[in-house]
Amino acid sequence: MKQQKMKIISRRNVLFLMGSVASSALFTKFAMAKPNLALQRIKEISKSKVEEVDLFLDVPEIAENGNQVKVSFDIDSPMTKDDFVRTVYLLADGNPAPNVAKFSFTTDMGACSATTRMRLSKTQNVYLLAEYNNGKFAMTKSKVKVTIGGCGG
Amino acid sequence: MSKIKPRGKVPKKAAIDEIIEIKTLIRHPMHSGRMKDKDGKNIPKRIINKFLVKFNGKQVFGMDLEPSISTNPYIAFPFKAKVSGTFDFEWTDDNGEKYTMSRKMDVS
Repeated sequence: MKQQKMKIISRRNVLFLMGSVASSALFTKFAMAKPNLALQRIKEISKSKVEEVDLFLDVPEIAENGNQVKVSFDIDSPMTKDDFVRTVYLLADGNPAPNVAKFSFTTDMGACSATTRMRLSKTQNVYLLAEYNNGKFAMTKSKVKVTIGGCGG
Repeated sequence: MSKIKPRGKVPKKAAIDEIIEIKTLIRHPMHSGRMKDKDGKNIPKRIINKFLVKFNGKQVFGMDLEPSISTNPYIAFPFKAKVSGTFDFEWTDDNGEKYTMSRKMDVS
């Protein structure tokens, strides 16, 4: 029965079907690529084992100048050999590239925090992704409104 | 171009188990590769891509920088004082140059 049905599909139909599959794949790629660069990167890094928790990410609500936006974070961790944060990634979803910085921590630091300044090209979300020594990931995000963009475009 | 000049602030003295904050700043244009000069030509990408901190020869903190980091990158981070020693800071430029700085700290 099934084989008979297969025969009915003509060559023209097959070509049409192939074309539509290809174009729909292309469209979804277009639709996905723009807004989710940072989230895609987070998936790549964490292999989707990520928990959304409330890490302390300090960014201004409104940044008047996107060239110099102060970012600081503080992750509650004892920073002992058995329990510490190994890597912290800072990402942004509206910049030309999602990666902003990667911090490597060691137990010698006693605390897991850092401050830096970043560029934001427009209003967007800033993501913080932390990798613990046991392989777990945690993330948080915060929205920053930008009045003047800072990527020199 | 103005000279690339690293600066850093480390407390000279600290108590044992005190968590101190170290602040660093390096004067660097951090050209993202997207900015244009006065004639409308693209300025090629040139950034500080790596920052490393060693304490008595052992790496304690590292950071990979991307073009999204601002001009004159400022980095502050904590450190737990245990013994006296020397911090060695190292910034790596896209063109392969390295800028270094050392600071001493006494722990009592």
